[in-house]
Amino acid sequence: MAGLATEHSSARKWRWGLLDAIVVVYAFIPVLWIASLSFKTPETLTDGRFVPRVWTLENYRTIFTTDQFVRALGNSIGIALIATFIAVVLGMLAAYAIARLDFPGKGLLVGVALLIAMFPQVSLVSPLFEIERNLGLFDTWTGLILPYITFGLPLAIYTLSAFFRQIPWDLEKAAKIDGATQAQAFRRVIAPLAAPGVVTASILVFIFCWNDFLFAISLTSTERARTVPAALSFFTGASQFEDPTGSISAAAMVITIPIILFVLLFQRRIVAGLTAGAVKG
Amino acid sequence: MARQTRRALSENKRAERRLAWLLCAPAALVMLAVTGWPIIYSVWLSLQRYDLKFPEQREFIGLDNYASVLTNQYWWSAFGVTMLITVVSVAIELVLGMGLAIIMHRALVGRGLVRTSVLIPYGIVTVVAAFSWRYAWTPGTGYLANLFTPDSAPLTDRTSALAIIILAEIWKTTPFMALLLLAGLALVPDDLLKAAAVDGATAWQRFIRVTVPVMKPAILVALLFRTLDAFRIFDNVFVLTGGANETSSVSMLTYNNLLKGLNLGIGSTMSVLVFLTVAIIAFVFIKLFGTAAPGGSNGGRR
Repeated sequence: MAGLATEHSSARKWRWGLLDAIVVVYAFIPVLWIASLSFKTPETLTDGRFVPRVWTLENYRTIFTTDQFVRALGNSIGIALIATFIAVVLGMLAAYAIARLDFPGKGLLVGVALLIAMFPQVSLVSPLFEIERNLGLFDTWTGLILPYITFGLPLAIYTLSAFFRQIPWDLEKAAKIDGATQAQAFRRVIAPLAAPGVVTASILVFIFCWNDFLFAISLTSTERARTVPAALSFFTGASQFEDPTGSISAAAMVITIPIILFVLLFQRRIVAGLTAGAVKG
Repeated sequence: MARQTRRALSENKRAERRLAWLLCAPAALVMLAVTGWPIIYSVWLSLQRYDLKFPEQREFIGLDNYASVLTNQYWWSAFGVTMLITVVSVAIELVLGMGLAIIMHRALVGRGLVRTSVLIPYGIVTVVAAFSWRYAWTPGTGYLANLFTPDSAPLTDRTSALAIIILAEIWKTTPFMALLLLAGLALVPDDLLKAAAVDGATAWQRFIRVTVPVMKPAILVALLFRTLDAFRIFDNVFVLTGGANETSSVSMLTYNNLLKGLNLGIGSTMSVLVFLTVAIIAFVFIKLFGTAAPGGSNGGRR
């Protein structure tokens, strides 16, 4: 009887294992394919094989020696970091108010944030194009940072207010009764509890900024502010007449690495952030 | 005495309000300045003839731009394509996403592994994934093209190109759908499922009669989010076909009119029309499903 039960459960384990495997293959195939292309030599690029026959790092060497890619990477990193920082700081202030304070207009603010989360970004492209041209913001970092903050804010506000609601704020009072100053109570008690929420919100906002293509391609015109996703479509090979497939694949891999690192390091946080925002609304 | 306490209380209350408004002001101002103002401005631009190639011909022309867009076959083709992509991909994602959510929720082994892998499509840059699909479906370079369509170029034929765009969209966004559904799945009490099992309900009956009704709000939120998100599809179309062979989405068409055609009047008209369409879709969702919709006045709930 006992033997039968374990046999039964081991069969079930195998079935789950198979399902796991399907999901993993599903998730990784396009990534592995672009990785494979990035390691192929120009001669084997068109062989259509999933695994390269000849491995090379030439494509990576090429992109890192072209100004085009290096500048785009710098733009991507700088713009995404600045926009994330500002969005999370502003989001923190608003989320604190939403989670802890009672005030008229709270519902309205949450509603507006939700509207913006679902806003069709293309509707902003035409007017922003014209407004930024008039203000001299077109093709600058600021010109991209502004819309990124705007669309990052709803994400930050939702995740952070969900996290802030779960913090036992009475601990702050307790710490003060025990003789801690206001600053100490915040630094020693509240900040450590709030930190996971801030990390989660930062990752989600960063991924959004890193991912954006529509604003990046519409509001820039030169290498001054063009981010990597936008720059990819302007890539040429080592010389102008070479097929850019290898370079594009290598550049694509470079901007995929931070995402893979985030996912590996912060899987729990990201899942918690996305699901918390969804249920608590 | 009592009056004084009340006044002190309301003084407190007022201070709390002031603090709250002060804290929310920066976020609210940025959001309004970068979305509210441009939308109003684009309505104004949409009422003008304004072609950047002929700026001296700029003039107020009322609703003429709307008339020319709404009688234009490219607009309606793009509109149809966008609707098709939205409906098909969201429907398939709902089914796949539910399966994925159940695996993430129930897997006996490797739950962490599945949750981690699923975040790869969610996190990866859409343009990167789109290039991967493009090369995979290009004859010669691509393993998928060689496997399934050895003698044709699937990205140059309208039907197969649309199918590939939908495939890329589904691959990228099913995990997001699954995560939203997972949040709902976690709310289904195990006791309820056990009780139903004791009463002799099959697994399917338990799913349809117990799990789905409890999850309904989460399902609706996921559907609303994904529908509106799918409607603005741009990246995949841009990289996979560039909108060739009538595969443009409305976002793609608007972009082309603005940056290739440099026609701000027409571009703004399309912007306004896309905005209105999205507003109508959201309104219909919220009207149909009422209280299940997020946001609104119940924003303060736990």
